[in-house]
Amino acid sequence: MATQSLVGTKNRAGQMVADPWELLHTAERTPSFFTGSEVIKEAVRRANCDVMIAYPITPQSEAAALIGELFAEGFIGDYFRGESEFAVMSQCAGAAFGGARVFTTTAGPGTMRAMENFPMWAGARLPIQMIVTCRGINSPLSIQPDTLEISYLLNTGMLVWHAETAQDFYDWILKGYIVSEEPDVHLPLALCCDGFFVTHTKDMVNLTPADQCLPPYDPYRSPVPCMDMECPPVRMMRDPFVMKSNYISYATHASWQQEVWAAIERSRKHAIRWLDGLIEVENPDADILIVSSGTAVSQGREAKCLLEDDGIDIGIVKIKTLRPWPAEEIREATRKAKHIIVPEFNVTGWLAKEIRATIPDAGRVLAGPHVCGGMTMPPEIIAADIKKRLGIQSESLAGRGS
Amino acid sequence: MSKERIKIAPEMFDIMPPEYQDLVQRATYGNETRGWKDIGTSKELIEEHSLCAGCPESMAFRYILASLPAPEDTVMVGSTGCTSLVFPHVGVHNIHSLFGNQNAIASGLKRALTVRFPDRVKDVVVLAGDGATVDIGLDMTLQAWFRQEKFTTICFDNELYANTGGQESGLMQKGFVAKMAPVGKTFEKVRLPEIARESGCHYVVNCTVSKPNLVEKVIKNAIHVAREIGPTYLQLYTPCILEIGKNSMEGLQEMRDSEKPAERFSYKEYVSDQAKELLTELAAKEKERKAAAKKQLAGQA
Repeated sequence: MATQSLVGTKNRAGQMVADPWELLHTAERTPSFFTGSEVIKEAVRRANCDVMIAYPITPQSEAAALIGELFAEGFIGDYFRGESEFAVMSQCAGAAFGGARVFTTTAGPGTMRAMENFPMWAGARLPIQMIVTCRGINSPLSIQPDTLEISYLLNTGMLVWHAETAQDFYDWILKGYIVSEEPDVHLPLALCCDGFFVTHTKDMVNLTPADQCLPPYDPYRSPVPCMDMECPPVRMMRDPFVMKSNYISYATHASWQQEVWAAIERSRKHAIRWLDGLIEVENPDADILIVSSGTAVSQGREAKCLLEDDGIDIGIVKIKTLRPWPAEEIREATRKAKHIIVPEFNVTGWLAKEIRATIPDAGRVLAGPHVCGGMTMPPEIIAADIKKRLGIQSESLAGRGS
Repeated sequence: MSKERIKIAPEMFDIMPPEYQDLVQRATYGNETRGWKDIGTSKELIEEHSLCAGCPESMAFRYILASLPAPEDTVMVGSTGCTSLVFPHVGVHNIHSLFGNQNAIASGLKRALTVRFPDRVKDVVVLAGDGATVDIGLDMTLQAWFRQEKFTTICFDNELYANTGGQESGLMQKGFVAKMAPVGKTFEKVRLPEIARESGCHYVVNCTVSKPNLVEKVIKNAIHVAREIGPTYLQLYTPCILEIGKNSMEGLQEMRDSEKPAERFSYKEYVSDQAKELLTELAAKEKERKAAAKKQLAGQA
């Protein structure tokens, strides 16, 4: 396609356009000690973005401001602060309708405020990338980590990925554009992480060369026309199905929605290739599996170590993509498991519900532990819940009773 | 507009739909002198529509589309309402996304087009109803003006929510009895033209669409000022004849009655000093062009 012919040319910032596969798999990596927010900046630096629109809300404000610095340095075509998340997501839509590669970030109440935009983005087939640094959405006001907002994104028609680490975040921002801009996908991506735990902690991240970037977005590979008047306009409909009550109208809307969900399914093969599978499995033969996404996976790994000290064998399943939902992969990975533990950073346990709806013998699923409102998830509480499940007496934990 | 991106083989032209052939042969894309007088002699960029018979909005649409200075490089942004029934028939790219976010969409769109086409002019024109512009979307309407976004905002003011069946809106007159205003609207019509001026618009006009030549003038002025200087705002009275109890043929008279001196749609305009300078310059150029054309015509004769 047209983008490949640009490999080796320079972009607006003087970076060399690289072959994406080589950039992400064979190019030299430099280990760097960065916060998650700085990692977002470094990924966007290499993403060849046209437009970024920002709005302050903790814990994504720093990343959004750092990308402003990239604009000042000439790495992004345009950048401004919108007036609210609802407006920002509409501004992102306008820029994407106009053929730009668009990036934005939001969190918690901002995600909820902007919610009306997300099914519109998906329906309009706009491959916008939105970083969601999850935080509490409840009242009383909370700015602390909590992943409840992800559950609201799951049925918008967006791709939803959940990063565990800063390294995931770095790679997936770049890979996210590649997958979501595929002509047979062409959908927005909500790339989620757990706020503070990922954004505000420092981690060692291997960065690709700063003088290389992704190929630019080619809006003429879109399955719907780019609104730039470069293609001849057509009168789209003789009998517009807008607000009509007739069978053709219903059928049009129904098939359009089905096509959005089919596009999510079609993203599966691309995501498998670029993310090296939709899930990652460690020790799949264990009777007990901890199945989770985001930083709950990291806590699960720690719990695994604790339990192994007690002679209990544990497997880990890390879910990378929530949409597309890796149903087959989860069924296969949990086939032999007797107990499936799903720790989550939210009060409702939406991930456990998804898993229960996916696998046979859903009674194997233990939904929890659940922490929310900014509570951390010490591996000890995961270990204690597992022991309780197994009928093993363990010491009572402070604040949890026996 | 690139006419090269999609090209019909000459051998295939005559089997294309007549609509396509007409748009290629008789529309006025790229004609610098286009205006409302082309209506009836050229292919219009809006013809069929699904508005009520006699709706003044349909007149407004025809005049506006005939008056766009460069439809071949214009993208329009609509909102939810009666206008969203018309846009699918319009022969320029147009976007409907949500209710009330039209000025936010236009902000992102204009910036994207500026990034992608740094050496060319791409006009962005917003056209939405008064509910979208003044009520649900007021924040985004004003913020786009504060930021000095370079596009034109047109509000079709019918003083109520027409598409949902005639509910009270912010631009409705005080005292008017409507759905959701069962004892009459209790507060004054929002003075958006004045707010527009204070919010940084460089060209603001409040009028009706009874006179096509006036509509052409204000549309062209607004788009040229937006292109070169900053935001512009047109508030056009397009009465909802259905909801104010008029018949199909009475829309024009309703507009004429409402534009009399001292009435709420008597012609009012605000032009910033910068915009005045630009419009004077453009008027001088237009005069020159007309004189040259006349001279050429005389030479040919």
